Amino acid sequence: MLEINNLTVEIGGRRILKGVDLDVEAGYTNVLFGPNGAGKSALLMTLMGFSGYNVVEGEIIFKGEDITNMSVYERAQMGIGIMTQRPPNMNGVKLHDLLNVISKDIKDAEELAETLDMVRFFERDVNVGFSGGEIKRSELLQLSAQNPDFILLDEPESGVDLVSIEQLGNTIKHLLQKDCKCAGDRCKHGKSALVITHTGQVLDYIEADRGYILCNGTVMCSGNPREMLTEIKEQGYEECIKCKLMKI
Amino acid sequence: MQADEDMRKKAEAALKKNASYGEDFDLNEYGLASEEAEQADDLEELSEEDQRTLLNVGFTPSEDNRAGSFLMLNNAVTHSSLRDQDVVELMSLRDAMKVHEWVKDYSWKLVEPDKDKYTAMSYLQDANGYFIRAPAGKKSKMPVQTCLLIGSKQVSQTVHNIVIVEEGAELDVITGCSTKHGVDKGLHLGISEMYVKKGATLNFTMIHNWGEEIGVRPRTVVHVEEGGSYISNYVTLKPVKSVQSYPTVILEGKGAFARLNTIAVAHPGSELDLGSKVIFNAEDTKAELISRTITTGGDAIARGEMIGNADNAKGHLECHGLVLGGGMQRAIPILEANVEDIELSHEAAVGRIAREQIEYLMARGLTEEDAVGMIVRGFLDVGIQGIPDELKADIDATIAKIGENAI
Ligand SMILES: Nc1ncnc2c1ncn2[C@@H]1O[C@H](COP(=O)(O)OP(=O)(O)OP(=O)(O)O)[C@@H](O)[C@H]1O
Ligand SMILES: [Mg+2]
Repeated sequence: MLEINNLTVEIGGRRILKGVDLDVEAGYTNVLFGPNGAGKSALLMTLMGFSGYNVVEGEIIFKGEDITNMSVYERAQMGIGIMTQRPPNMNGVKLHDLLNVISKDIKDAEELAETLDMVRFFERDVNVGFSGGEIKRSELLQLSAQNPDFILLDEPESGVDLVSIEQLGNTIKHLLQKDCKCAGDRCKHGKSALVITHTGQVLDYIEADRGYILCNGTVMCSGNPREMLTEIKEQGYEECIKCKLMKI
Repeated sequence: MQADEDMRKKAEAALKKNASYGEDFDLNEYGLASEEAEQADDLEELSEEDQRTLLNVGFTPSEDNRAGSFLMLNNAVTHSSLRDQDVVELMSLRDAMKVHEWVKDYSWKLVEPDKDKYTAMSYLQDANGYFIRAPAGKKSKMPVQTCLLIGSKQVSQTVHNIVIVEEGAELDVITGCSTKHGVDKGLHLGISEMYVKKGATLNFTMIHNWGEEIGVRPRTVVHVEEGGSYISNYVTLKPVKSVQSYPTVILEGKGAFARLNTIAVAHPGSELDLGSKVIFNAEDTKAELISRTITTGGDAIARGEMIGNADNAKGHLECHGLVLGGGMQRAIPILEANVEDIELSHEAAVGRIAREQIEYLMARGLTEEDAVGMIVRGFLDVGIQGIPDELKADIDATIAKIGENAI
């Protein structure tokens, strides 16, 4: 589904990602770990094609096509969707109007809004004055309306209260797996995702297949995401960096 | 009589007095607009082109959902009709002067004839226009619609309107200003004096749809008494040579309220110098001035002014300007407090649409054009009520075009 080769990215002349290699197979959900400032969000923003993230080397292959130089719109059309960490205030753009434009069937979006308790935000300007948790719910609502094949989630659970997290987790699970009849069906009909998480809470709801650890803009290691999470919790990221240095 | 003579002399002396703002127009370059024109009793008999012109400024030829209709072509009143005589009065100002002796007490009392050459010209020509009055306590469910149309080239249209909303009454007025197809050059001078009495409400919506070589100089003053409300929407989205206006609202009675929304697009070659001013002369008065301007190559100047002369007055001024592909945006907020217990604030911002906002929508699958269009529509949406569908469609089409051209 997604193949990132030797990706090097600069923001404002500063090298933020250095030679990143990462894959997400069809139907897989991969997880990105790493300390603050490692470049995780930058990687997701680059995959979506946002300006300011300048690819100076490497390539991004999606569904077999080189999308490295495609516009944000073209990538969205190809089936990539994103929940960013800090979406902009969209003054004047009402949530319901936006849902109307992006969803195939507004009824479905309205139904989900009911579940996510977002109906009362319909006439509000998107993100303007939304609390942290409200932003996540609104983003997820929009993503569901959009229904992309490949989903980039930047810390979906951060700022979400303990009650809402279950709803949010289940909504993400539904978004990823609603078309699958069974586990074996996942790579044929399920969606793919790349998820950033610090706490791993979201992993209680979705099946994570593979984990990556990113430090200083470089992939340190990859493996079983649950094992990785346990190790990070016990030893922090220091060990990963040391381990990587040993290999070189 | 002596007073009239004095005023005439002053006005004559002011014929060469340039306005404080905006490009100067030489009045001698324009002929006087005709006071003669064929009556249009049935507006649906007008040519399709003329009906479209009317619809695009919010004027419905079928007169559906309208309490009354008034049409002026050049300087001639060609239509004046009323559905419900009990809730509202509508006629030409000259007729009103004949019908009610007291109308003269409202004429040239808020706007000074010698303010500038444009007011002087209108005064000296004894300009005609509409007279609308809502009797005390009456509330019309439907708005009165009026349209001021320039129908000939190279003429100056002079208009003088008086609106009176008596105690406890409510009135909605939609005024459209436009040119007939093919009329490119001309001048529109419009005097409006509006009186909102105790506890009354006036909702006044004005849509401008001029031509590329038209100069527009409206002069409006509104007087609001105790507990009265004046709500104004001004919309101009099409190319025009120059509009310079500075409507002034005087909040004269305790608890009076005013809100003025301005929505404007300055196309290449257009100069829009749009101000609005509120004078707080009584306690507990409140006002909001909201201006949203876009330039796609022309000049847009948004002046907002609040002068606080009474305790516990509250006012907020918001001037937001978008630059879409060249042009100039200037926001000039002025706040003046002359007493201690007062709260006036402003918020001004000019610039382009943030790239981040456009891309946010693109990431949701919108094209760049659609994304810009959606942001622009949101930017211009200040929640104007009661706009007819045809006008809404026209506004949407204009915005869509702005979105396409902005890239
Ligand atoms: N616009 C920018 N200008 C300059 N530096 C930037 C910009 N955006 C990101 N950076 C820098 O790039 C680095 C990576 O940022 P990024 O947001 O990707 O971190 P992250 O791994 O997502 O961290 P966190 O876990 O805190 O969200 C940081 O050092 C950050 O300061
Ligand atoms: Mg981040």
